[in-house]
Formats: sequence, C-alpha cells, structure tokens
Amino acid sequence: MTVMTDHAPQARPAPTAIGGSTAEAGDYLALLKPRVMFLVVFTALVGMVVVDSTVHPIVAFASLLAIAVGAGASGALNMWWDADIDAVMTRTRKRPIPDGRVAPGEALAFGLTLSIGAVLTLGLVANWLAAGFLAFTIFFYAVVYSMWLKRATPQNIVIGGAAGAFPPMVADAAVTGSLGIETLVLFAIIFLWTPPHFWALALVKSGDYARAGVPMLPNVAGPDETRRQIWLYTLVFVPVTLAPIPLGFGGLVYTVIGGATALAMLGLTWRVYRVREGDEAAKAAQRLFGFTILHLFILFAVLLAEHGLGLFRAVPALVIPGFA
Amino acid sequence: MARAGEDHDAGEGTPEEREAEAFRRRRRGRSIALAIALAALVALFYAVTIVKMGPGVLDRPL
Repeated sequence: MTVMTDHAPQARPAPTAIGGSTAEAGDYLALLKPRVMFLVVFTALVGMVVVDSTVHPIVAFASLLAIAVGAGASGALNMWWDADIDAVMTRTRKRPIPDGRVAPGEALAFGLTLSIGAVLTLGLVANWLAAGFLAFTIFFYAVVYSMWLKRATPQNIVIGGAAGAFPPMVADAAVTGSLGIETLVLFAIIFLWTPPHFWALALVKSGDYARAGVPMLPNVAGPDETRRQIWLYTLVFVPVTLAPIPLGFGGLVYTVIGGATALAMLGLTWRVYRVREGDEAAKAAQRLFGFTILHLFILFAVLLAEHGLGLFRAVPALVIPGFA
Repeated sequence: MARAGEDHDAGEGTPEEREAEAFRRRRRGRSIALAIALAALVALFYAVTIVKMGPGVLDRPL
C-alpha cells in the first residue's frame, strides 16, 4: 500500500473574499457520477424484479434510493482520492476537484456523510444484511479499487469490477433478506463484462492512462496481450450472459436477444483480436467499447421487461430441471 | 473563480463585489438544493414509516 503514502490531492479552489465553499449545487451532483448512479439504479432494479419478493413498492423505492446514494458516495470518495489522476486525463480533468470547483476536503466529507447516511437508511428501511453489503460495496470501490488496485496492478479493473457488479445482489438482499442464484448470475455477468469493456477503452485511451501513471493492461502488457485477454474474457463472459436461460429466469425474448447479442459480441471481439494496426484497429476497439455498453443495457432491459412488464414466456426445453 | 457567464455585468462594482455576489448566488443555490433534499428525505421517511408500521402508528392514546 505504498501508493497511499505518496498520494495527496493537490487541486484547491481559490479562496473567496467571504470564505467557505465556492461550489454550485451541480458540482456536488457531478461528484456523485450521475451516469454511474443511473447504471447502478438500473442494474439494482433488475436485481429486484428477477427475484420473488412481496416487499412494498415504497420500501423497494427507498432501498433503491439508498443504493443509488451509496454508489454516488463511493464515486465522490473515488474523485477525492483520484483528483491527481483526473487532473492529467483529458476525459476527467473537468471534474469538480481538478477543475478547482470543489475542495478535496469538501468532497471527502460529502462522500463519507452520504456513505454513512445511505448505509443507515438501507438498514432501517430494508434490513442490515443489505446495509452491510452496501457498506462493503462502498468500501470495495473506494478503498480496495481506488486506493489500492487502481495504481498497483493491471488487474485493477478485473477485481475492482466486482464493486460495480454488487448492486443487483444488494437489491436482492434488500427486498428478500437473502441472496439468490438469479442475482449471483447478474453479478457474474457484470463482473465478466467489465474487463472487455474497460480494456477496449484502454486500447484507445492508453496514452491518457500512461500519462496518469495508471497501470492499465495495454501500458503494462502491451496491446496484443490486451487483445488476447479481451478475447479470453469474452469467451467466458458470453456463455454467462446466456445462463439466465437454463436457470429459468431468462424467457423467450431473452433467449432470442441474448443469443443475437452474444454472437455480435463474439464477432466484434474477434475483430479487435485480429485487426491490430492502424486506424482500423482503433475503430474496432472503439466499436467494441460502444457495443459493450449497449450489450449490457439490452440484456438487463430485456430481463426488466420480462419480469417487470409481464413479458416473460418460459422456454421449458432449455431450462435445467428444478429451475423452471 | 469567475466562471463563464458571471462577468456579463463587468463594470458594475469592484471585482471583489462581483466575486462576493457570485459567491452569494452559488451559496443560495446550494441552500435551495439542500432544502429540497431534506424535504424529500422527510417525505420518504414518513411514507416508509406508514408502510412498515401501518396507519395505526398515528392512532395512539395521548
């Protein structure tokens, strides 16, 4: 953990004549990483609808809100810790801390307050299993991923990806008081999706990560090894995306769309693996990165439609006996 | 800390006064956002209390 000792966010906003925070309300919202929050709410909502639960909609809504705020809080803690990295990356240098709109200490206090508030709220509204799981998720993202793995190993996003994969399980715990196979599969889908997704981005943005000193796989092992790893992870990821079908919670629509998107994912990844030179290689990686976002969204949207809108039609011939 | 759009009234008051005015405007925005968030939280906790404990929670002897 030597990386922790030499870290000190440098950016500070200019002091005002009056003193106090110079931030606007929107700057605090930006600290919560709203787009990541949306993904967390979306995947957690799917986690809630695929499990059998009789929980009241208001309790489910409050639980979802607590999970979302917990995710946002971990985003604020991540931005506090990574302000030095964010300042040198084109994608992140306009974030509130490196841009000088929010002081690092403010972001830390904001993140910690919301973390504690979200965990306590989930505990009181739902149950303490879910609250403990949410606390662990925040700790995993802010400490294990941000403070430790991100600067220490090219496997950072592989292990750290678990933090982004936990929300459906936290939601399951919130509405059922336990953990089921359905949300374990959703966890596995997001967990295995993360490496191809981020490494496709890293292939295009490797200069940015290198400048920031973040050991992403293309900088450490080279683009060819990254392409091989993307392909290998995809070979595991694609069958897992189809697991809801034999386990009985992916219906007819999921079977058709899940199968088609699985083939598309394999095709795009194979192209990234094969095309290694010039603009075409960058385009292939960019295309894969874009598709991974769409792929995950489609899979979860189909599950949401099947279980939330009553579109579920079983495919008994494909279901393992006992899971129907 | 002048931002885009904040220097449109350049010439009105000293730079310090304009800075103080911008600061007050941002503080007012933060206060309103905080008030809305707290009001929403009160409403949410009220609704959850009624759902979890039932309307009988309001029906008790003094």
